[in-house]
Amino acid sequence: MSLNANIPQGPLAEKWSKHKFNLKLVNPANKRKYNVIVVGTGLAGASAAASLAELGYNVTAFCFQDSPRRAHSIAAQGGINAAKNYQNDGDSVYRLFYDTIKGGDYRAREANVHRLAEVSVNIIDQCVAQGVPFAREYGGLLDNRSFGGSQVSRTFYARGQTGQQLLLGAYSALNRQINLGKVKVYTRHEMLDVVMVDGHAKGIVTRNLITGDIDTHAGHAVLLCTGGYGNVFYLSTNAIGSNVTAAWRAHKRGAYFANPCYTQIHPTCIPVTGDHQSKLTLMSESLRNDGRVWAPKTVETAEKLRKKEITAAQVKEEDRDYFLERKYPSFGNLVPRDVASRNAKEMSDEGRGVGTSGLAVYLDFADAISRMGEDTVRAKYGNLFDMYYQITDENPYKQPMRIYPAVHYTMGGLWVDYNLSTNVKGLYALGECNFSDHGANRLGASALMQGLSDGYFVIPYTLGDYLATIGPKPVDKNHPAFAQTKQDVIDNVNKMLALKGTKTVVEYHRELGHIMWEYCGMARTEEGLTKAKAMIKELKADFWKNALVVGENEEFNLSLERAGRVADFIELGELMVTDALMRRESCGGHFRLESQTEEGEALRDDEHYAFVAAWEFKGENQEEELHKEELVFENVKLTQRSYK
Amino acid sequence: MSQGNMNLTLKVWRQKNTQTAGKFVTYKAEGISPDMSFLEMLDVVNESLIKKQEDPIHFDHDSREGICGMCSLYINGRPHGPKRAITTCQLHMRSFSDGETITIEPWRSAAFPIVKDLATDRSAFDRIQQAGGFISVNTGGVPDANSTLIPKVIADEAFNSATCIGCGACVAACKNASAMLFTSAKITQLGLLPQGQPERWSRVQAMVNQMDEEGFGNCTNTGACEAVCPKEITLMNISRMNNDFFSAELFREEHTHDGGGNG
Repeated sequence: MSLNANIPQGPLAEKWSKHKFNLKLVNPANKRKYNVIVVGTGLAGASAAASLAELGYNVTAFCFQDSPRRAHSIAAQGGINAAKNYQNDGDSVYRLFYDTIKGGDYRAREANVHRLAEVSVNIIDQCVAQGVPFAREYGGLLDNRSFGGSQVSRTFYARGQTGQQLLLGAYSALNRQINLGKVKVYTRHEMLDVVMVDGHAKGIVTRNLITGDIDTHAGHAVLLCTGGYGNVFYLSTNAIGSNVTAAWRAHKRGAYFANPCYTQIHPTCIPVTGDHQSKLTLMSESLRNDGRVWAPKTVETAEKLRKKEITAAQVKEEDRDYFLERKYPSFGNLVPRDVASRNAKEMSDEGRGVGTSGLAVYLDFADAISRMGEDTVRAKYGNLFDMYYQITDENPYKQPMRIYPAVHYTMGGLWVDYNLSTNVKGLYALGECNFSDHGANRLGASALMQGLSDGYFVIPYTLGDYLATIGPKPVDKNHPAFAQTKQDVIDNVNKMLALKGTKTVVEYHRELGHIMWEYCGMARTEEGLTKAKAMIKELKADFWKNALVVGENEEFNLSLERAGRVADFIELGELMVTDALMRRESCGGHFRLESQTEEGEALRDDEHYAFVAAWEFKGENQEEELHKEELVFENVKLTQRSYK
Repeated sequence: MSQGNMNLTLKVWRQKNTQTAGKFVTYKAEGISPDMSFLEMLDVVNESLIKKQEDPIHFDHDSREGICGMCSLYINGRPHGPKRAITTCQLHMRSFSDGETITIEPWRSAAFPIVKDLATDRSAFDRIQQAGGFISVNTGGVPDANSTLIPKVIADEAFNSATCIGCGACVAACKNASAMLFTSAKITQLGLLPQGQPERWSRVQAMVNQMDEEGFGNCTNTGACEAVCPKEITLMNISRMNNDFFSAELFREEHTHDGGGNG
């Protein structure tokens, strides 16, 4: 069965304009008769909630944190791309479109990506109008920097805290609407299910994380803006609370999950120190603008470094291998993330890794410091250097940073059409929660762009079309589906509370993470994935027998919260492995060892795999069914990506 | 599982919920590695509590990157622990010595009720922001980003205020439980920028009023807030807010020529 993505007809650059004209409108007086549910208050959720409320809709928003300002978008460091061409360096909407399609290894939809590039310019205008303090030049104009996978400077930034500033901008827009009475926010609430009425999403079930109250909420549409699922790997750069539960429960109610195996491993993270590690910290990709990545040329030198017999500074220039500059002279240290990550792993696999674990390479600023001076480096990257120092107790101004890849972003997510609608009517997915714009690999500084594009500039148009179609009749909360779905959630909670085995849910989570990282991480094989699938099935069975959950529902209960999230991660993990097994090609973040070029780069198989894999849930412990959305490329020529 | 060799004694505030009284409970934290973060140390303790089917210690945390502002903790009498300019999640156990006793309490302020153990309700901060911490622009229809020139020093200074993470350490450290550093940071950010001028006076009044309504105290210039702020927000913000608050009296709509009427 093939899926209809509802991509508008016509030339690429005119699709969005024409589509906006063709979409139905809800008249201003009727907008106040609709209630829209927004789950998650990160960039996508906060911007959508605020923009829809500004239009006149009533919005109910939910987040599991204690304030909408804390969603994990806040942690994005480096910047946000926009095709402003303020630098006069040859940028354009088409170039941003092209870079994004190519960076995604030709596994994204042309129409979506072009729209993203088009609205990118509006995002910057919007954020500046809100008072977002982007970096500026001395003349008072906005400053830009460059990011991986691009040869122009189109990244806008606010020191190393761009995500924070953009989120606080969206949060301020949200606050304004709360103040005006158009948005009601429920904090410390977790969405645990979607209520389906006659094939349409009409509400959600939530658990109040403090009191344990399980409630239903009705709406004419439900927008999931719940972020990515990187924590399936246990260790990732995601926040501890980031989870797949909302998306996964929606999946189990019929929403297809697309390209789950596309995960991004970020090359520049602080290496793991031990089993106690609860999360990994990213060092912004922007550091690769001035930092040089290297490993020792020989295993012997690496050995001495690992044993701390010598320091990095003592390694002579001729004994260093600046491997990215050597292998990719035109992009150098700024190759896309998947390429940089695989190369770092290769160094460690060859025994040339550094640090006590040998799982690290250097990111060296010595040249930058001698070229620009320590003060300039501090002004550009100070907060990142400080963070590194806090965590490692090593001064990066004096010795090179040690970095290693870590799970950072998930390109896969709920399948959506051009309107950001899942295949379930009335259920939408925005931001990292959907699969739509990054293909098999996301370029740096594009996540913030997509989250805000979806929330500020896409959903306010596309949602109206659906709402106009269904009409403003109030949603009836007395429909039995509400009571039934709530009962399902209560039953599930009770099932978890009854688990009185011996292993904590954190232990299961860690174990799942090991399986995923080992077999479904940076390099994947038929054999490994097959093994992983069996291991996850076993883990799942064991979880429902031997897990230990303490406490009761009617209280703030961290053990119960985590249990629900881990149970969903285990099921998702199995689907990721299934997807990775099915896709017998390499593309972007999905690297199958069986499919590589002679030079060790990802080798696509466009003839057989130029499609989006959308998986349908078929029942507990059943194999999911694959639906394909063929990707049609009318504007770009599919080529082997080269950054040499 | 843990590979460290530090052994510590923890005195932790335990409180079932807002309504019940709390007390200190002593725990042993053993085999702690100096490379663990403070919260990872608590994770280890919690895992051992769960294994014994006991209730784990509840504390707020999320990004663990010092940016979400969710983590808190009063550690040995100081918000976010002994080191300057970092949050609890960035504090590592190498800052403590083997055998030490560590006292861990929640933020203490009437405006931040305890939810459970070490977690507090900081929604008062959200309500202060909702009262006026924004620029009234709708999505779309805004000018080109480069049409307004903003001097770099102004943009940088606005950023220095905007960097506030809303953790509440300033309130916790203040003997008056004042939220003036937090409130003034947003007022300063928007007050410095040209985009923030149209609502400058109404904003400061609305936010200060809300701050008072929430029950936060006043500022008596001790500077404890500045000393513990993980983002090093300075007292200059409070001076600017006070200045704007007094100026706002002069610029109130009813004092202006047409009284801000319906036109």
